Amino acid sequence: MKWGQPLSLTLLVFSTTLAKPGVKNIVLVEGVRTPFLLSGTTYADLMPHDLARAALQGLLHKTSLPKDAVDYIIYGTVIQEVKTSNVAREASLGAGFSDKIPSHTVTMACISSNVAMTTGVGLITAGQCDTIVAGGVEFMSDVPIRHSRKMRKTMLALNRAKTLGQRLSLIGSIRMAHLTPELPAVAEFSTAETMGHSADRLAAAFGVTRLEQDEFALRSHTLAKQAQDAGLLSDVISFKVPGRDTVAKDNGIRPSSMEQLAKLKPAFIKPHGTVTAANSSFLTDGASAVLIMSEEKALAMGYKPKAYLRDFVFVSQDPKDQLLLGPAYGTPKVLARAGLTMDDIDVFEFHEAFAGQIMANLKALDSDWFAQTYMGRKVKVGAPAMEKFNLWGGSLSLGHPFGATGCRLVTTVAHRLLKEGGQYGLVAACAAGGQGHAMVIEAYPQ
Amino acid sequence: MSLSSTLNGSYLTPRLRINKVLPYFTSHTETHVSPKIDSSRTHVNYEVKEDVAVIRMNDPTSKVNTLSVQMQNEMIEVFNEVLANDAVQSAVLISSKPGCFIAGADINMIQACNTSEEVTKLSQEGQKMFARIENSPKPIVAAINGPCLGGGLEFAIACQYRVATKSKKTVLGTPEVMLGLLPGAGGTQRLPKMVGIPGAFDMMLTGRNIRADKAKKMGLVHQLVDPLGPGLKSPEERTIEYLEEVAIQCAKGIVNKKISLTKEKGMMQKVQDYVMGIEFVRQQIYKTVTAKVMKMSKGLYPAPLKIIESVKAGLEQGPDSGYLAEAQNFGKLAMTSESNALIGLYHGQVACKKNRFGVPERPVKNLAILGAGLMGAGIAQVTVDKGIHTVLKDTTVEGLSRGQQQVYKGLNDKTKKKTITSFERDFTLASLTGQLDYSGFEKADMVIEAVFEDLNIKHRVIKEVEAVIPPHCIFATNTSALPIKDIAAASIRPEKVIGMHYFSPVDKMQLLEIITTDKTSKDTTASAVAVGLKQGKVIIVVGDGPGFYTTRCLAPMLAEAVRLLQEGVDPKKLDALTTGFGFPVGAATLADEVGIDVAAHVAEDLGKAFGSRFGGGNVEVLKTMVEKGFKGRKSGKGCYVYTPGLKSKDVNPDIEDVLGKYKLTPNPLVSSDSDVQYRLVSRFVNEAVMCLQEGILNGPVEGDIGAVFGLGFPPCLGGPFRFVDTFGANKLVEKMKRYEEVYGNHFTPCQLLLDHAKDSSKRFHK
Repeated sequence: MKWGQPLSLTLLVFSTTLAKPGVKNIVLVEGVRTPFLLSGTTYADLMPHDLARAALQGLLHKTSLPKDAVDYIIYGTVIQEVKTSNVAREASLGAGFSDKIPSHTVTMACISSNVAMTTGVGLITAGQCDTIVAGGVEFMSDVPIRHSRKMRKTMLALNRAKTLGQRLSLIGSIRMAHLTPELPAVAEFSTAETMGHSADRLAAAFGVTRLEQDEFALRSHTLAKQAQDAGLLSDVISFKVPGRDTVAKDNGIRPSSMEQLAKLKPAFIKPHGTVTAANSSFLTDGASAVLIMSEEKALAMGYKPKAYLRDFVFVSQDPKDQLLLGPAYGTPKVLARAGLTMDDIDVFEFHEAFAGQIMANLKALDSDWFAQTYMGRKVKVGAPAMEKFNLWGGSLSLGHPFGATGCRLVTTVAHRLLKEGGQYGLVAACAAGGQGHAMVIEAYPQ
Repeated sequence: MSLSSTLNGSYLTPRLRINKVLPYFTSHTETHVSPKIDSSRTHVNYEVKEDVAVIRMNDPTSKVNTLSVQMQNEMIEVFNEVLANDAVQSAVLISSKPGCFIAGADINMIQACNTSEEVTKLSQEGQKMFARIENSPKPIVAAINGPCLGGGLEFAIACQYRVATKSKKTVLGTPEVMLGLLPGAGGTQRLPKMVGIPGAFDMMLTGRNIRADKAKKMGLVHQLVDPLGPGLKSPEERTIEYLEEVAIQCAKGIVNKKISLTKEKGMMQKVQDYVMGIEFVRQQIYKTVTAKVMKMSKGLYPAPLKIIESVKAGLEQGPDSGYLAEAQNFGKLAMTSESNALIGLYHGQVACKKNRFGVPERPVKNLAILGAGLMGAGIAQVTVDKGIHTVLKDTTVEGLSRGQQQVYKGLNDKTKKKTITSFERDFTLASLTGQLDYSGFEKADMVIEAVFEDLNIKHRVIKEVEAVIPPHCIFATNTSALPIKDIAAASIRPEKVIGMHYFSPVDKMQLLEIITTDKTSKDTTASAVAVGLKQGKVIIVVGDGPGFYTTRCLAPMLAEAVRLLQEGVDPKKLDALTTGFGFPVGAATLADEVGIDVAAHVAEDLGKAFGSRFGGGNVEVLKTMVEKGFKGRKSGKGCYVYTPGLKSKDVNPDIEDVLGKYKLTPNPLVSSDSDVQYRLVSRFVNEAVMCLQEGILNGPVEGDIGAVFGLGFPPCLGGPFRFVDTFGANKLVEKMKRYEEVYGNHFTPCQLLLDHAKDSSKRFHK
């Protein structure tokens, strides 16, 4: 446990950890991801499970894990390919894992792979499993576009039609309107509002200016570029795409200038909105995977764990006006659970859906009024220090394959703790539906 | 200046509706706000942000802003300062009251006038002020959040640019017609230019509220701003701030020519403009609109015609004639009895939207309704979306499913009209539980029974229910005629028993008649009123007695209608005469709608209670019709034959046999068309006055509201009491005496009416 404000006390408690008596220590052994690519680029002809396979194979390769040593495989995804609705199963079979390993797919919008990981944590804690592979995949280059409901109804009726006459009359009933396709909605089902629109309103509610958003977007791209150039993004595996080149780097990182960013028109609320294509995360293809084990098992198998996965929370609130405030709600809650303060955290990795959303969350965390009015707290927890915040870029620049981002965040925290030193890291993310997630990660003593 | 109002709905039907914001009319004398710039101003002030003057309105004496004398004077002062200030390039007009831009002009300003010339002058002053706004060399942007109605809208459309929040509270409209007036500060002249002739007529003749998104489509506003959620300030506060920021950007944009005020016209617009430029087309429009108005209003309402006249004057003879016609017509209308009646109803409605019994000890959170018939399900429909958990109980699965479907359909229709989303529909339905037993009744705060109108059944139900409900639970009975004290006789706690008389269809009819017995406690009444107000009802609270107030007034009129049918008046003629008097539904159609069986039941019950005075038509006529299965619309046949899917209806040919059997010979002395009308109306009015005399009614205001909103008494007459005041009690008594000679005590005027006839200074309304 840790409280410490005075320096001496901080030093004193540095050696303590968040380990709890009677609770298994769960460790992150390794984390990998495919390069995150703008949708419609090199991955365009693949299927979602292909990306997931690549991530799984990368993990196997990196850890030399025997293919039958895993107890369970869990994947997160948002937009499901109907042919591979349990993408976890198809990917693990295709990646060469033993067919004796059960696998399932979870979904919770942008925190789907967080759910995959925490489901694994639950299975280990409950004593059901010792070794879990969790991951996430999203493939936006191809999404299920459906026939209209009317057309589907006619086609299904056609299946059941017995006589030629019935068939002809059904075919004859098809009108132009039947042929209008149905695209998967980027809008919230309960409110019919698109996420970008909600983000723009959120930014306005917190008085986040266009300038602040553009600055943050520029920071994200600049830091990502530096990290990429310095070779810090070691979770990225290279992937030989069938029929195409080998991909080894994320391709959405584009540091630009404030002048160029200022030129863009608002993308959602016109003409006075502040959210633009450049200060939003872009549609991305990508997959990630992590190996999670009980500490005992990891050590027994000779692994050197990278970090402990500690307390985590899921939060949810109004999907209309607080759609993207998950981090603001989740952060104080998970800190309280862990008995930590904002100052105790050395590494922050927040999911950047929109620059405006990140800034709004930071302002919410730094507001006593917000804490009192909406979170039932006496005082704010404060905003994270920017010199600890998303230092290797974030979803705005690296890309955001919805289902895969969670594992990237956790792995990045582990890698940054190793690189930068420090004991605790914090992951936080928002998700459609007004939900959110936060997790505390502790460095594994090296 | 045109008028304030938050009235909404059509003046042609008795379904006037009021917004949640109720203007609070007052003389503006108090001054207790510390303005930033000029401490002598209390309603309007401004601050300069860079080169934009932000003009803020806030009436410190009221929940809403109205264009009162003081508001106008200060506005002119501020406007002059803004014009004179060299540091200012443009201005933003905004209300600092959350949720209200300007709800209208101050009705009292008009009511204080004694002649039409005075009102015309008021109108001309308003026109002059808005003309200055329109011609301002510094562009003015109206930033609208909340109601922008009547004079408020006329103000806004005089500005160069309009930005509005996409909030549900933001509505634009010209409701003057519902008060028997017209938009008298340039509205009839500017609107046709802004939204086109058909659109302008639609707005001004229906007075309906237009939501912000629709207003944008119509070209009434230029830009929309989304309402904001929680941030670093309350959502309401921050939304206004945001609106102001956007409006300031617009004002600057207009000055530096980034925003053009002349809109690029689309192809459709060009075609429309061309067509409207043809005089012949315009004349056809005037003709069609006038014909439609005449058909709907039967010529009983002068305002719509004056609106058409004013628009026409402007378009055909130029702005000078147009503005003059508008001001003069405004003056004329303000002096009409129709306007007086409608304004009276407006005030009455405001009064009947308040709970004079105070705040109930515990709010009703769980409401159970017994009986999923039309009534029961209707009550559920208006309750379930008000945050009250609603249980709908019936005795059969079929009955229950029909009721549940009715509630679903009501919500789904709103989804189709896009007033709610499908998600909101589903979310609302989650508060409805359908069941066949009494499980969960131990949590009920109020039970409303809507079972069959039979005293024995009601007694059985009250006993069953009282065995399962908690001690604080109120038992409300929905009956249209059975005395509440008779129903309460079976109760072990009569202080918790009350009558709640809803009108069918519950989701459309605005009135709720609450009936208290001598034993009903004040808290029970307060609670019933609170629930009714939540359901959006206009409420009258009346004393107990056979037929209470509404049914009791209706019964003698229907008895007279039956007599007229027996005397050989054709149902269609009877309908024409009643609607010609201003009733929205004719007497014969009304009987079919109510149900001939119900009418027979009520006629018999009330006949027993009040004796021969309630006679007239033979009850046997109704009973024979019921025997033959002519129960009215619900059975497909009554006075008329109803074919599903068909709007027009024919007289039931078989009814002639029934009427032939009970044929009466009309007396030519009292059978002219006008006599037929007054025979019907005088019995209604006399019974209403008698209810006041006997203390069933609390006052004439509730009497007028009950008659208009529950029974469709002609709104242009303002209700039975205002009718007596306007028509003259002596004239009415004179007519009744003439009828009395022929028909006896059916037409004997009551004492209170005689008192008023004797002394012409006696009036029900001041």
